[in-house]
Amino acid sequence: MKRKPFPWHLVVFLAPAVLVYTVFMIYPMVASLTFSLFQDAGNGRQVFVGLGNYVRLLTDPLWRDPFWNAFRNNLIFFAVHMTVQNPVALLLAALLVTRVRGAWIYRTVIFTPAILSAVLIGFAWKLILSPTWGIWLPLLDRLGLGDNEVAVALLGNPSSALLTLSLISVWQNVGIPMMLFLAALIRVPRELVEAAQVDGATGWRVFWNVQFPLILPTVGIVAILTFIGNFNAFDLIYATQGALAGPNFATDILGTFFFRTFFGFQLRPGDPHMGATVAGVMLLIILTGVLLYLYGWQRRVGEVQY
Amino acid sequence: MRPRWLSGLAAHAVLLGYSLLVLFPIVLVFQNSFKDQMAIFAEPLRPPTPETFSLEGYRTLFEVANFPRYFLNSLTVTVASLFLIVFLGAMAGFALAEYRFRLNTFLSLYLALGIMVPIRLGTVGLLRLMAAWHMVNTLTALVLVYTAMGLPLSIFVLSRFFAQLPPDFKDAARVDGASEYRVFWMVLPLVRPALGTVAAISMIPIWNDLWFPLILAPSDRTKTIVLGAQVFLGQFLNDWQAVLAALSLAMIPAVLLYLVFSKQLIRGLTAGAVK
Repeated sequence: MKRKPFPWHLVVFLAPAVLVYTVFMIYPMVASLTFSLFQDAGNGRQVFVGLGNYVRLLTDPLWRDPFWNAFRNNLIFFAVHMTVQNPVALLLAALLVTRVRGAWIYRTVIFTPAILSAVLIGFAWKLILSPTWGIWLPLLDRLGLGDNEVAVALLGNPSSALLTLSLISVWQNVGIPMMLFLAALIRVPRELVEAAQVDGATGWRVFWNVQFPLILPTVGIVAILTFIGNFNAFDLIYATQGALAGPNFATDILGTFFFRTFFGFQLRPGDPHMGATVAGVMLLIILTGVLLYLYGWQRRVGEVQY
Repeated sequence: MRPRWLSGLAAHAVLLGYSLLVLFPIVLVFQNSFKDQMAIFAEPLRPPTPETFSLEGYRTLFEVANFPRYFLNSLTVTVASLFLIVFLGAMAGFALAEYRFRLNTFLSLYLALGIMVPIRLGTVGLLRLMAAWHMVNTLTALVLVYTAMGLPLSIFVLSRFFAQLPPDFKDAARVDGASEYRVFWMVLPLVRPALGTVAAISMIPIWNDLWFPLILAPSDRTKTIVLGAQVFLGQFLNDWQAVLAALSLAMIPAVLLYLVFSKQLIRGLTAGAVK
């Protein structure tokens, strides 16, 4: 009996991609996690400390307080995206799918900020909101807020900076969920919508009773993509507020906290081991979100048929 | 029931209002970049007139920062990464869709992991690896990282497209004695729309990234346009003309690319991203 020859073509097709992916994605991730289990012992040696760095991050006041501050801010950042960005995106998609004239122009325009770097978007808004330029000031005067310190310098006040940056991020990214919702709405069969209209249902009822239940899988995808994006965000905060995520760490999120921990800031030198530890916690947070989505949401609503 | 034209009008009002909210900051930055310092502050909302027109900001920009170089770096990194993402992704996607072998399911899952897990979280390991291989401050480092970042989604999307191709065509070629490589070359043009889609959706995060240029290639020789703009903006905080010029100049290539590729991009977002 003749043996089957070794399938060399499989190796040729798969090896380059698997190799690049393994060396530059999986290996660094594993190396980083391993690294978070060690600490510098001086004179260039490393000692194994188990979960010591994680315990330190979560209990030592020097680490605990900034960590929970960044985590809380990140949750607020995420909450703003879930309550503003995604509902607005859904509204825009619902309007676009009614085939208004010029829908593709609206769609193209509204998506534009999403293709620009967060660095540029953040800085442009920083200029626009700056009291030095004062573009807002006439508007604030008319609203009777001309003397309101917070309204005059939205990015300079701890009470308003995080919310303002969250909304800037919403402004930039709303086009992405809008496109995903739109794609799902287009796939809802027209007969279903028309049948409901014939039965006398208003546009509002048709949307909530016919279209929305059918796009629930996309609602889940948008939620998990928002979650991953938000808990991994960095560029916008760094570009507008710097590595210190001011004022007074009011806009510090996990991404900027990770960066500072790794590279150091002001007088504090960087600590790669603690940096890897922060990244490990971020990985855990994101994996928790992904698992919740896969088992809590997709299992239940993933089976919608139409 | 409300008349139809009324609800149509309401839809236009909302969409138009939101579009204006989107365009306002971009147009504002762009038009003021062509004005003198006085006019920028005195009448920010007015477009430049012959009296207020000034290119001073752009002049500063070209004297101080090497923007053509940054632009070229961004272009090199993006084009090289996209080529590898699409080409290596197509080879792997083809293999996973075409052949049944023992490791198929495992490899598919292993590669799909990277769709959900952000590569940034391995930064500590990546920087140490690049330092050990003397690749810090090279564009090659960025290309390799972005390729690893883009491959999972590329393979996922492309293998689904390859799986949809009818087998007759390939089998006919095999009967005629074509090698597996030859079969791959023959079916590659059939998934060309998918290749364009993958390239379009992979392009944005690469072109716009700040994190990896900042950490892996911050030298002036290897700065990308986003990092170059970020550093310049920080240094020239008080030179409004220069700052507005830098913002405008950095936005233009992305907007042009968007206008060229918007069809692929929108198709990609609406077709590829839904699992």
